[in-house]
Amino acid sequence: MHRKLDYPKMLIHLFFIAVTLGMLIPFVLVIMISITDEASIAKYGYRLWPDSFDFTAYRYVVQSPALLFRAYGVTILVTVVGTLLSLLAMAMIAYVLSRRDYAYNRQTTFLIFFTLLFSGGLVPYYMLMAQALHLKDTVWAMILLPTLVHPLHVLILRTFLRTLPLEIIESAKMDGAREYRIFFSLIVPLSAPALVTLTLLVSIVYWNEWLNAVLFIENDRLFPLQLLLVRMMANSHFLQTSTAFISGISFDSAASFPVLSARMTVALLAGGPMMVVFPVFQKYFVKGLTLGSIKS
Amino acid sequence: MAKHRPGIGRGMGLGRFAKKRWTVFQKNKELFALSLPAITYVIVFAYIPLFGLVLAFKNFRFDLGIFGSKWVGFDNFKFFFVSDQAFLVTRNTLMYGAAYLLGTLAFALVFAIMLNEVAQRAAKAYQTAMLLPFFLSWILVSYVTDAFLNHHEGYLNEMLKLLAAEPVDWYLEPAVWPFILYTVYLWKTIGFYALIFYTGIMGIESEYREAARIDGASRWQMASRITFPLLMPLAAVLLIIGVGGLFRGNFGLHYFIPNDSPFLYSTTDVIDTYAYHALRKLGEIGMATAVGLYQSVGGLLFVLFANYAVRKFSADHSLW
Repeated sequence: MHRKLDYPKMLIHLFFIAVTLGMLIPFVLVIMISITDEASIAKYGYRLWPDSFDFTAYRYVVQSPALLFRAYGVTILVTVVGTLLSLLAMAMIAYVLSRRDYAYNRQTTFLIFFTLLFSGGLVPYYMLMAQALHLKDTVWAMILLPTLVHPLHVLILRTFLRTLPLEIIESAKMDGAREYRIFFSLIVPLSAPALVTLTLLVSIVYWNEWLNAVLFIENDRLFPLQLLLVRMMANSHFLQTSTAFISGISFDSAASFPVLSARMTVALLAGGPMMVVFPVFQKYFVKGLTLGSIKS
Repeated sequence: MAKHRPGIGRGMGLGRFAKKRWTVFQKNKELFALSLPAITYVIVFAYIPLFGLVLAFKNFRFDLGIFGSKWVGFDNFKFFFVSDQAFLVTRNTLMYGAAYLLGTLAFALVFAIMLNEVAQRAAKAYQTAMLLPFFLSWILVSYVTDAFLNHHEGYLNEMLKLLAAEPVDWYLEPAVWPFILYTVYLWKTIGFYALIFYTGIMGIESEYREAARIDGASRWQMASRITFPLLMPLAAVLLIIGVGGLFRGNFGLHYFIPNDSPFLYSTTDVIDTYAYHALRKLGEIGMATAVGLYQSVGGLLFVLFANYAVRKFSADHSLW
């Protein structure tokens, strides 16, 4: 068959190639800055193609990885524990709310969803965490987020659970199974698709969380990655003055430290892995979005 | 059954009531137990803080505590509303919010329809590229914007120098910031919303498209007469959810991307950043609480309005 040139399609491709470049060039710039010679930055500023390459910043970070490792450890701990607690609490309440025969369904629904409509705001929450519960400088300050039980996530889960056939629950009850057994050995495995999507959504929130860290964490041994980035942005000499970082490297003179490229290096090492990990799960995202949109 | 037990007179009404409640509870106690962790959590972290809202009407002193501090009536609100700050940050919050909402929805809708015209493999590659910034935190994004906007080394100023133009100190120029913030917001979120619409298109695809194709509809006709109208309900739902959240500013975006530069507050400050400054920089606990309360009440009104609008539009999607 004779093939015609498809001009509209070509235009669309051109358009999206331009958009893709627009999306990626900022990342290329940051990567390039991290491997640019400090003297070259001082002379020419940031460039997409550096005047002279230099990997000193990476060498410093590899020599003294303690600071970054610690921050990674805190972030991973907070993300894992927070996501687990959050999903457990939300799955349990979503199951209860999906049971139309539950006597206190209306009251419980109201109690959970009212928090979406009205909240005390920043200060009362701050007072609760800092003054009443004394959670300053503890990992719990970063785990017990206001969104640990998130009404919209509960709603997505409940909607999904209501699509499961009631008969399985009925027959399990006939066999004399208790509710918690039904929940853990029947409901949890059956709702795996919805739980995977929620795991993704919740873990991104925990991984990127910075406000609670800024509000409650002063001890630099408990700094998560995001707080490290906040401090480094506010103070460009943060790395040089951090004892955890400095103690790991033999330092001739402070003047030779590549301040500007090292900032971007740490930013890349802190954020980069997520940009590789999350797109892998893209298809679960799509699945979850379709789950959320079928609302009965 | 207990309630039909003979020999219990009228005087026992209360006991019978309690007994009935007790049987209901006995029947539901296992499910109740399952709901307890979440209920306890929201009571502690969402309901108990509501009592803290009294701070909006008090002159808080740490030594006197929440309940010991003196009542000051509406002084904290007066401080906020008498200055032009209240108007400024409310205007910024609402206008930025509306622009973000309409912009992402319109662009994402067009992007998704265009993506649908190319082969699925290509569409997936473009989507992955567009989705990358979505996973970053705002603080990380601020490193990217700093690479462009920094006065001394920024890429934008290097470009200006190449064009023999004067470099600009972007963090001192409030007038350009609506444009910068809007661009950064679109860059970060457009991929996510385009994905939502693209998924929506996949959902409607098969039935209607086939019929139209058999009838000999052109691609343009299919996009404009079938895909676009069928995406409208999804767009409307997203719009209404967005309207409900308009009173909440985008804290991370408005705090980190302008580098918290005080010179830019006139065009970048939103209610959230204002309350944060009141708490952290000024230590004005009473005023920060008052601003938070103002935001919560405003937010509630917007949600009620949005839900009312959904009910008019399609009762299926309203929250209650």
